[in-house]
Amino acid sequence: MTPLLTFKDVWVEYGDKIVLEQINLTIEEGAFVSVIGPSGAGKSSLLRLALGQEAPSRGTLMLDSVPLPPECGPDRGVVFQHYSVFPHLTALGNVMFGLECAQSPLLAKLTGAARRQAREEAEAMLAEVGLKEAMHSYPAQMSGGMQQRLAIAQALIKRPRILLLDEPFGALDPGIRNDMHQLITRLWTDYQLTVIMVTHDIGEAFKLGTRVLTLDKWRHDPHAPHRYGAKVVYDIPLERNKQETLPEADAATPLSIVPDDAGITIDRFDNN
Amino acid sequence: MRWVNRHVSRSRSVMMGAIPIVLLVVLYLVIAAERHAANPSDKILPLPGAMVDAMWGLLFVPDQLSGRLLFWADTLASLQRLFLGLGISTLSALLVGLLLGLLPPVRATFGTLVTGIAVIPPIALLPILFIAFGLGETAKVALIVIGIAPFMIRDIAGHVSTLPREQILKAQTLGASTWQLMIRVALPQVLPRLIEAVRLSLGPAWVFLISAEAIAADIGLGYRIFLVRRYLAMDVILPYVAWIALLAAMIDFVLVWTNRKAFPWAHGGRR
Repeated sequence: MTPLLTFKDVWVEYGDKIVLEQINLTIEEGAFVSVIGPSGAGKSSLLRLALGQEAPSRGTLMLDSVPLPPECGPDRGVVFQHYSVFPHLTALGNVMFGLECAQSPLLAKLTGAARRQAREEAEAMLAEVGLKEAMHSYPAQMSGGMQQRLAIAQALIKRPRILLLDEPFGALDPGIRNDMHQLITRLWTDYQLTVIMVTHDIGEAFKLGTRVLTLDKWRHDPHAPHRYGAKVVYDIPLERNKQETLPEADAATPLSIVPDDAGITIDRFDNN
Repeated sequence: MRWVNRHVSRSRSVMMGAIPIVLLVVLYLVIAAERHAANPSDKILPLPGAMVDAMWGLLFVPDQLSGRLLFWADTLASLQRLFLGLGISTLSALLVGLLLGLLPPVRATFGTLVTGIAVIPPIALLPILFIAFGLGETAKVALIVIGIAPFMIRDIAGHVSTLPREQILKAQTLGASTWQLMIRVALPQVLPRLIEAVRLSLGPAWVFLISAEAIAADIGLGYRIFLVRRYLAMDVILPYVAWIALLAAMIDFVLVWTNRKAFPWAHGGRR
């Protein structure tokens, strides 16, 4: 598999507070990477780096072997826990937004045949996430689960290289969350997506991911707790969740959650 | 039952709202009648009949000097100044507010200036406006603009800067440029707030309009009430004040209605 996103010795520091240190990661195309860890361990910082919202203090990020500019771009889609959709646009308008921006730089509005085509594409995408009936509703009229479905559709219409999910299902109730797990797994397979998902829910991380990263502080200095940042302390590949279309997929998946060659045997301090 | 839990139905709340107004009118009539019983030529609290007489002349009899129907000419002149001032303020608030709220370099450069202008009492600038623009219409409109535009700009800029960061990021991941972000994400979301800002500025706008007319004008609602004050003509002043109140209430009503009709998404999707 080809490396899609590479972190090379990445550090994130705010003043003298170190949040992330020595992050060396290679994320391969088609991977579904779950990121877990305690609060304040830099999960969201890691996602902000990948999104381009923040630049690393040290080190480089490469997307397709090209350094990533510290700015968001259409090659990376994102779904946040809240506020991911535009409240002033209908579901259809929200999904069409990405197409309109690309095709109409001046007004970001389409007319005629171009509009019809964009509308058809957006409708198909809404049907894909199960929102065909709610096409003309505003986000304020939708439930939390529907809004997250819409946010996913809105991001996917741009066919991003990577989909970044920041606790996307954290605010949903368990039943809806389960539906969303099925949806995101299906979309991940159908669209051959590469996903990085930050979550608080360890069960969710292992259920969905092909790889689970655990971020945590690797050392604690009681006199200067801020001087040690978080590292990747566990990096656990999960064979059983691999996309079926990929040759690595193994039909006889081991029953244990953590394969023998991963997890507990990993050296906490020097696994990068 | 606690008072915070006592809900009032719509029809009852209309009735209850009318009670204090009716009481005030009755109180006025009683006191006015009493004063007139003691002194039939009392000018301070005129009876309704005297008000009708005085207003009849202004409403329907052309002025001997100018040949105009004064009440309507006053109303037209004042509303023209008011709407011009409100319009210029609204447009500049939209434009400057969007730029200030959305673009950090613009905020860094002009934010302090706007705040500085906003803290100057506008009436203190009136002499400068009269010197600069003369005593004509421009100075009066300029006073309204200087009086309310800085407040509106700050309100809009503040609202734009509180748009969730997630939305701005999301738009960029969907390929939006700064310009597209401004016209497709920030502008439509700020419009309901803009109407709200116009509503809130309406009161101050009237204050500045009437101040400007009181000082230098030859026509206008404010000019008229300050002119007839010299003759203690309460029979004109009171109906004029009531008319100003009615105009202000009607403009407010139209703005609320427009806000609800035009931006259903901002009101839970209800039309």
